[in-house]
Amino acid sequence: MSIDIIIIGAGPAGMSAAITATESGAKVLLLDDQPTPGGQIYRAIEAAGDKQATILGPEYMAGKPLAQNMRSTNIEYVADASVWQVTDEREVGYSSNGQARLVTAPAIILATGAMERPFPIKGWTLPGVMMAGAAQTMLKTSGLAAEGAIFAGCGPLLYLVAHQYLQAGVKIAAIVDTTAKANRLKALPHIPGALRRWDLLSKGQKWQSEIRKSGTRIINNVRALKVLGDTKAEGLSVNAGGTWQNIPSDHIFLHQGVVPNVNLSFAASLDHDWDEQQLCWRPKTDQWCGTSIDGVYVAGDGGGIGGGLAARASGEIAALGSLAKLGLIDTAARDSKAKTARTTLRRELSIRPFLDTWFRPSDDFRVPTDDDAIICRCEELSLKDIRDTIEIGLVGPNQLKSFCRAGMGPCQGRFCGLTVQELIAKQTNRPAADVGYYRLRPPIKPLRLEELANLQIEEDENIKF
Amino acid sequence: MKILNSDPASKTADVIVIGGGIHGCSAALHLIKRGVSVTVLEKDYVGCHASGVNAGGVRRLGREYVEVPLAQASYEYWRDIKSLVDDDCGYRVSRYLKVARSDEDMAKARQRVNDLNARGFTHEDVVDQETLRAYLPAIAPHCVGALHVDGDGSALPFQTTQAFKRRGEKLGVNFREETPVIDIKRHASNWHVETHKGTFEALTVINAAGAWGGVLAAKLGDDVPLQAHAPMLAITARMPAFATNAVIGALSGALSFKQFENGTVLIGGGVRGRALPDSNRTVLDMKGMSQFLSTACDVFPIMKRANIMRTWAGIEGYTPDNLPVISSGRAEGIVHAFGFSAHGFQLAPGVGEFVADLATGVAPRLSLDAFNVSRFQQIDRASSYI
Repeated sequence: MSIDIIIIGAGPAGMSAAITATESGAKVLLLDDQPTPGGQIYRAIEAAGDKQATILGPEYMAGKPLAQNMRSTNIEYVADASVWQVTDEREVGYSSNGQARLVTAPAIILATGAMERPFPIKGWTLPGVMMAGAAQTMLKTSGLAAEGAIFAGCGPLLYLVAHQYLQAGVKIAAIVDTTAKANRLKALPHIPGALRRWDLLSKGQKWQSEIRKSGTRIINNVRALKVLGDTKAEGLSVNAGGTWQNIPSDHIFLHQGVVPNVNLSFAASLDHDWDEQQLCWRPKTDQWCGTSIDGVYVAGDGGGIGGGLAARASGEIAALGSLAKLGLIDTAARDSKAKTARTTLRRELSIRPFLDTWFRPSDDFRVPTDDDAIICRCEELSLKDIRDTIEIGLVGPNQLKSFCRAGMGPCQGRFCGLTVQELIAKQTNRPAADVGYYRLRPPIKPLRLEELANLQIEEDENIKF
Repeated sequence: MKILNSDPASKTADVIVIGGGIHGCSAALHLIKRGVSVTVLEKDYVGCHASGVNAGGVRRLGREYVEVPLAQASYEYWRDIKSLVDDDCGYRVSRYLKVARSDEDMAKARQRVNDLNARGFTHEDVVDQETLRAYLPAIAPHCVGALHVDGDGSALPFQTTQAFKRRGEKLGVNFREETPVIDIKRHASNWHVETHKGTFEALTVINAAGAWGGVLAAKLGDDVPLQAHAPMLAITARMPAFATNAVIGALSGALSFKQFENGTVLIGGGVRGRALPDSNRTVLDMKGMSQFLSTACDVFPIMKRANIMRTWAGIEGYTPDNLPVISSGRAEGIVHAFGFSAHGFQLAPGVGEFVADLATGVAPRLSLDAFNVSRFQQIDRASSYI
């Protein structure tokens, strides 16, 4: 039996796309690189019990019926599958159980989600420093929390994880908020648009007041940060209002928002636009989440940050779009089935201009000013190294990469791509959109050579339904 | 310098080079050193395509016999590359080995060395299994020997191409990047090269346009059935040092294998992806790539556990006989230097000298007969395009 739709990623977008597609009789192959479904937002949701419900809250627990629903349908779901290539001929290369395979389908939905924006301050590569999302992963998958950690940065996730820490009864040394004061004024005009999700705003208020009540130290108006320590993090040096102060801690969690994880969509040569509001690249999509390559769709945060509910809605829309394209439903059915999802999507996206403006990460935290701050972690290149390379006249990310190896390591640019792009833009006085991004190539994740050497072309009988 | 129209970008030089790959940059450097003014027109940026993203082999080993003199001449430049371009180009001298995996391979190797000796070249020799293992303890036990040359090595292709550019620029070469050629016409005794940034005028034009050289040659009245292909490469994560002292190929089964000093391993092997020269894109063929990766595992069993970090391909022009075109054109004032068929990187420093000869009416010190553009006139074009 041949596959109709390959879905990559089993987070909210991928799971809801898979469910919608299967309901209309499509044969779906769902590939996910994690051992269990859920993505980042619903990570380890199937194992979650009452304790997790208390700590992580109802938004997290909402993923449970979704995962149950996905499991109960007739979907070929492959966990621990690492997708390393999608071609313009809709061929998907992936590895699971030590075997690399190529499989094609008439429709492919990329639902690869978001990743955290790099936070390149001095010392951010020291042991003990993590992104807040990674701290949340430890909380969700292993129930691990670090006593006396510092949360530094900006954005809803920073406060969410801090809130979850307090719910778990874990003390926080300090919250260091880098949100620029000026953002607030700029965000004011977006309040009317955000009113449809006022509940989210009031929840944010609630978290903040809880954190204050808990006696946790909060430092606002932060202009600069440095991690203290030589071989491991020993604390955070904070410049608030012009004066520096040191806060000791072994654990520092950084966060300044999330951006679409576009490594796969770039490597598939989809057309992308630079989003000046969210300061990130996003694949160009139409109203059915279709992209510049016929039959390839992008759903969820991988197509632009909207959050978990928006991801579920866009997953449905992408599935309906591909079902109609494959002739499994007609356009009238597609349009009527998509109505609820479209309403949800509009509601969820209505708050983004407000959130994106309020939590816009400051220039100095996106483009560092400390000469010895590491930019490319894999190749250990500092701001000075990158700046000197730009100075020679290598003013495109790919020329720079060829010359000094920035972005050539195992993370494949995830930790340095945006920083390098904005650094070049700043130094050569050009718009970031004109500078462009690294040219990404398969495999988008490191791939065992022996697996590729023994590459198998998936035969139809290998796929069971 | 003469301004042809109101756009200050349009200037005249003695020679216009079309194509900012390593051959265009090398020809420009040799010309400017002779006091000839040069403008290089590059449609993207210098070293953007095959010149900047190839395997970087600086190899005389295993070349077609007619190409060996060119490779030897270039080798003399490479040995002192810093004095030519004021940059070490990441050039590392080691040894180059084409591994024999069977007795037939060994026989092939011996025959080649005999043939070369008969032609007066003594740089290649055959090494036995014991010597091969002494060089490369990680080699698989069924590798029985190798064709070998001492003194070949590798360089960093993008750094090298940029070094040729920067040295030329310093001496006065005018580089125009992001300046694709729209049209080329002859007016009186001069060639007029039209671009979006103005019309450039010169007595002589060098076609060093790589994979795009065939189209340009046709416009200039020379038929070269050039095909664009995308030779693929893969690179691994850092590994323990096991082959940093040699560049390795195979006598049967295409392989190009090199471990850098940082531990990463570069693997190629002649297998081509899809080249889309009109949109500057290449599409990789993972099934094809699995061929040379399995050869790599066969030669070095340690490679099975390697992690591939990235794969890529440049856009390169191939001629039907896989030999370059280094030749004056049919029209006056035209010199061609393209179609190096994925083995032109090492040749560039020397070929630049001979191209500069052709462009200035000097007789090159080597015969270039085998590379004459006229050799394709007899070829039936219909059958060469598949």
